[in-house]
Amino acid sequence: MKSENYINLTFPSRSCNEAFARSAIAAFASQLDPTLDELGDVKTAVSEAVTNCIVHAYPDCVGEIQLRAWIVEGNTLMIQIRDRGVGIEDLDKAREPMFTTGGCERSGMGFTIMQTFMNELKILSQPGKGTTVRMKRILGRRGVRA
Amino acid sequence: MNLTSFLQDRRLTIALKGEIDHHSAKCIMEEIGKRIDQYLPLTCVLDFKEVSFMDSSGIAVVIFALRREREFGGVTYLQNVPAQPLKVLKTAGIEKIAEIR
Repeated sequence: MKSENYINLTFPSRSCNEAFARSAIAAFASQLDPTLDELGDVKTAVSEAVTNCIVHAYPDCVGEIQLRAWIVEGNTLMIQIRDRGVGIEDLDKAREPMFTTGGCERSGMGFTIMQTFMNELKILSQPGKGTTVRMKRILGRRGVRA
Repeated sequence: MNLTSFLQDRRLTIALKGEIDHHSAKCIMEEIGKRIDQYLPLTCVLDFKEVSFMDSSGIAVVIFALRREREFGGVTYLQNVPAQPLKVLKTAGIEKIAEIR
């Protein structure tokens, strides 16, 4: 499917880049004239995905996170967040609400929030090779009732 | 993230400010823990009025405050929660364990 516009960002897995990733996706998504609620949903989902890379993919080192976003069909935002970290052994377990290996500082709600706040969520992971999260959100439907 | 607190009649109001994410959550938890330990309030109020963004790290912050306050037999509630943090909190069902006013 041909994309109409795209961004491709790579940054290190430092926690200060969580805010950067949110700001970058919000700036890119703004061209679709989203509502504040829609923008909040996209920023939250990206924050969760990037935080997962920082906390889980690269637990003992700093690695690279790739954030790609592109627009298709006029008002559909596609987002892909990729790491080359440790990968996820049990995807079904990882997707369970409140399940976390991140200790008491984490809530285990990351994938649940991505699933709830976006229209589609796909996760591909290979232990030892990394994880790719792909999300889709239709935006800018002001005045359109689902 | 800055936070300020106000104590009156053993009710501790903690006003959270700015963005709550994994980057800021640890400092916020430490600060909330310190203030609860210092003032031993009967009621702890987390005020979200000036929170501009919150992801699931904020859920862990709320659960931390709830647990710490319960250790002293106190209660915690949340107030002035804007739409974006509210949606995150409701996704986790926080309203079942802490009142949101």
